[in-house]
Amino acid sequence: MIETIVPNPTESDEPSVVDGPAKMSARKVGVFYGEKQALKDVSVDIHDDKVTAFIGPSGCGKSTFLRCLNRMNDTIAGARVVGDIELDGDDIYASRMDVVQLRARVGMVFQKPNPFPKSIYENVAYGPRIHGLAEKKDDLDGIVEKSLKRAGLWEEVKDRLQESGTALSGGQQQRLCIARAIAVDPEVILMDEPCSALDPIATAKIEELIHELRGRYAIAIVTHNMQQAARVSQRTAFFHLGEMVEYGRTKDIFTNPVQQRTQDYITGRYG
Amino acid sequence: MTLSIALVAVLLLAFAAGLFARRRAVGLRGGGARLNSLPGYHAFYVALWAALPALLLLAIWTPVQTGLIEQSVLSSPVGQKLPAFDLARDTILTEAREIAAGDREAGFNAESSELAPIYDAATSRYAAVGGSIAIVFALLGAFLSMRRIGVDFRARSSVERWVMGLLVAASLIAILTTLGIVLSLLFESLRFFQQVPITEFLFGTTWSPQTAIRADQAGSSGAFGSIPLFWGTAFIGAIIAMIVAIPLGLMSAIFLTQYSPPKLRAWLKPMLEILAGVPTVVYGYFAALTVAPVIRDFGIAIGVSSASSESALAAGLVMGIMIIPFVSSMADDSIAAVPQAMRDGSLALGATKSETIKKVLLPAALPGVVGGVLLAVSRAIGETMIVVMAAGLAANMTINPFESVTTVTTQIVQLLTGDQEFDSAKTLAAFALGLLLFVITLILNLIALRVVRKYREAYE
Repeated sequence: MIETIVPNPTESDEPSVVDGPAKMSARKVGVFYGEKQALKDVSVDIHDDKVTAFIGPSGCGKSTFLRCLNRMNDTIAGARVVGDIELDGDDIYASRMDVVQLRARVGMVFQKPNPFPKSIYENVAYGPRIHGLAEKKDDLDGIVEKSLKRAGLWEEVKDRLQESGTALSGGQQQRLCIARAIAVDPEVILMDEPCSALDPIATAKIEELIHELRGRYAIAIVTHNMQQAARVSQRTAFFHLGEMVEYGRTKDIFTNPVQQRTQDYITGRYG
Repeated sequence: MTLSIALVAVLLLAFAAGLFARRRAVGLRGGGARLNSLPGYHAFYVALWAALPALLLLAIWTPVQTGLIEQSVLSSPVGQKLPAFDLARDTILTEAREIAAGDREAGFNAESSELAPIYDAATSRYAAVGGSIAIVFALLGAFLSMRRIGVDFRARSSVERWVMGLLVAASLIAILTTLGIVLSLLFESLRFFQQVPITEFLFGTTWSPQTAIRADQAGSSGAFGSIPLFWGTAFIGAIIAMIVAIPLGLMSAIFLTQYSPPKLRAWLKPMLEILAGVPTVVYGYFAALTVAPVIRDFGIAIGVSSASSESALAAGLVMGIMIIPFVSSMADDSIAAVPQAMRDGSLALGATKSETIKKVLLPAALPGVVGGVLLAVSRAIGETMIVVMAAGLAANMTINPFESVTTVTTQIVQLLTGDQEFDSAKTLAAFALGLLLFVITLILNLIALRVVRKYREAYE
């Protein structure tokens, strides 16, 4: 199936100047699971005011790379990361980098909504409590309200904050997870196929939300849906078989890719 | 003797019929037909029909035969001269049977030797009758079922039904046995409650189980208030043992699931489970010989004058150790059942490992842990050997763990050991205690299972 994919119109509003310094930059990143190399030679920049999409067929390593950016791969036994990843110029794999602080600055939203089996309020308040962001109950209430508002969920849940987060619909749960990530006031938000478990309407809401969050947070999103990447992102990296094939402006990747493999993928010849 | 021959004959017959049926079914297939069921099912079907009705008949016949033999022996000329008194007559009959079976040379009663040949004859006669009927049943079953063998015969679904019936019967046996246990306890308990009011038993606070032989003897009045016993049981099994088992079991489960490297876990987990396999009598020795003296000395050293060498603490501590594997394996299962996504969600927010365990994993696993603890409590309060060896006999209501308390199971053992009248309140009290204990552990188990099931639903 060959479709014409129209890149995000906001892209054309941007002056085509060279990007400023990146919020996060990865250089020659590789990941090993034991002896097996799952990912090699990835060099990508993530910018403050832009959404960066990672696309590619299943098993291409895009999620693996995303999990390197907040060191979630640390939890997998036998995983090893090589290369450099910097956040504001600091190596995040350096020994003096506190992984707890890193994850507070680089939040993550997962493929399947994973609210805790606690109330809506407690789900959002979890992060601020752990990091001591609120001294008083009023401050915490404020953070919860602000986060839920930013995640576009406040109007739907403001009267039932004490109900269980797991009782919400799938789309609401995912927005709750976004609110939970926002509540610790991160600088970067990583999203790992955040819409793959959702229906089209819930997906549209999340995409709208990503638009609104852009500018406030640097966002990196993994998606297997090329239309979604074209709709929400300004930068796109194409991954294939554990390699990063091409990285550039979304408009260029979708209309005028340099690599033949990228061309083949976005025109639906494989993947 | 002949009945066992009949039994073997029926089984052989069934086997042969099965083989024959199989050959016939194979023969049908040889004719080019496509059988509805494999020949093996036909064989099984015929063998079942040959064996089961005949075996059922034998099972019914065996007790019937005993009665018939006795009747015919008693109606014989020698038999009619036997004393009418049940006990004397039964003794002679038993001796006669044993002589007939060749288990003894001669009886104490002269009549038994005379009766033996009659007994022998009657036995062979009735066994021959029963055996022949069984064999006829087997032949009939084999013959009738054999006629049904054909291309279209659904032997497979018939065999399936038989198999299901077999499985239902197997599970019924366990349930019926439980029911039987409850009933036997219940009837003895009812006899007890005819002698001692149920309110005194349930709410009385004095336990002094004795019944007077003469009205004027010392200590002629007994008291059957069970509260001190249940207090002792709860103190040892539900309080002291759990204070030991819950933290240790929970923490070892957390270590095993969250911190331990897989290789270490592969070693530690089976070793912990070995604890569950140690016979409780061994724990009893350990409690009585090693732990109890240490605790008594410690109690005296810190100035507890009433420190006993049969302290509640000794029994409770050792029981707690025994219970650790139950708590830890239930906690292990429920922590492992919390989805990885929960852990990831918490870690991705910048929570540390222990924060994640404390605030996400444990609350999510709590119902499973509670279920495990309740099961452990119900096991601890029903446990007998440790408390018989290490806990005392005095029915004290004390909260001093250095003092001696007694438990329900200890008292049951006390009441039933030795020569006892079986209709005195003292002996019957053991059944009432057993019944009450059974009801309590049953309720605990039911609650635990409900809690655990509810928790399972939460993640499915």
